[in-house]
Amino acid sequence: MGLLDNINKLFDHRIRLGIMSILAVNEEVSFNRLKELLDVTDGNLASHIKALEKAEYIVVEKTFIGRKPNTRYKATRIGNKAFSAHINALEKLIKKNKN
Amino acid sequence: MSDQDYLNELSEIKSLMNRSTRFISLSGLSGIMAGIYALIGAGLSLVFVNPTHENYINLSSWNFKLMLILLGSVALLSVGTALILSMRKAKKNGEQLWDATTQRLLINFLIPMVTGGIYIIIKLQSQHYGLTAALMLIFYGLALVNASKYTVGNIRYLGYAQLILGLICAAMPGFGFWFWVLGFGILHIVYGSMMYLQGHK
Repeated sequence: MGLLDNINKLFDHRIRLGIMSILAVNEEVSFNRLKELLDVTDGNLASHIKALEKAEYIVVEKTFIGRKPNTRYKATRIGNKAFSAHINALEKLIKKNKN
Repeated sequence: MSDQDYLNELSEIKSLMNRSTRFISLSGLSGIMAGIYALIGAGLSLVFVNPTHENYINLSSWNFKLMLILLGSVALLSVGTALILSMRKAKKNGEQLWDATTQRLLINFLIPMVTGGIYIIIKLQSQHYGLTAALMLIFYGLALVNASKYTVGNIRYLGYAQLILGLICAAMPGFGFWFWVLGFGILHIVYGSMMYLQGHK
């Protein structure tokens, strides 16, 4: 077993990791809020969201406020589990390197 | 990746978690406006309410009622302005104003504020006017410190400043009015400007 086993490839990118960080502590978050917090472009954010969606780490909820579409995202149980495993792996790596 | 990279990653996660759970639609402009209202209110009270030897303030006097009206107006205008500016900012950012972060912020702000407000009213009824300004500053400071965990802009430091001012004010009877002007007027304007400039960098 290598040390990097629990380091999740999907979280390699800072935007994908960022999306998961935000969704880990918020029940649901809108596209615009994600965009603002992560400071990315629409297209960039959308492509990373798609990757996380495909892995079933997050789910999309599309509703309408009046006529305006309102897209909100939630982390799934699998997603939260994968995220905390990744954080634990990061912490272990740092500890290991210190010794 | 090096150790430093992992550490950076962890601190970025922490910062995102923090920022995403805080009320972010607070505008520095609200602070500036609140300070200006306080200064106008204080100016008006200096002209119209200013007690002399012949007409000192007591609970039933007309100038006490005028003072209450002025205080109420300053508070109402400040809250109203903050609400409108936050609504505008939230709308611009495509955010809902009334969400979990707003509720947490309000509850934690209001607990010290309401406690202090009731305490001051009880004290006024037993004719303890002297400490009103100090108490207002202290309880407002506590409210800001308490609420700062749930919003941006480090309003904790504004809270500390109000607390210190309130304590000095309590130690210097007779200057309550001027400490009130300093705390609710000047400090609000200074802090609001700093926050506004920071947000527009």
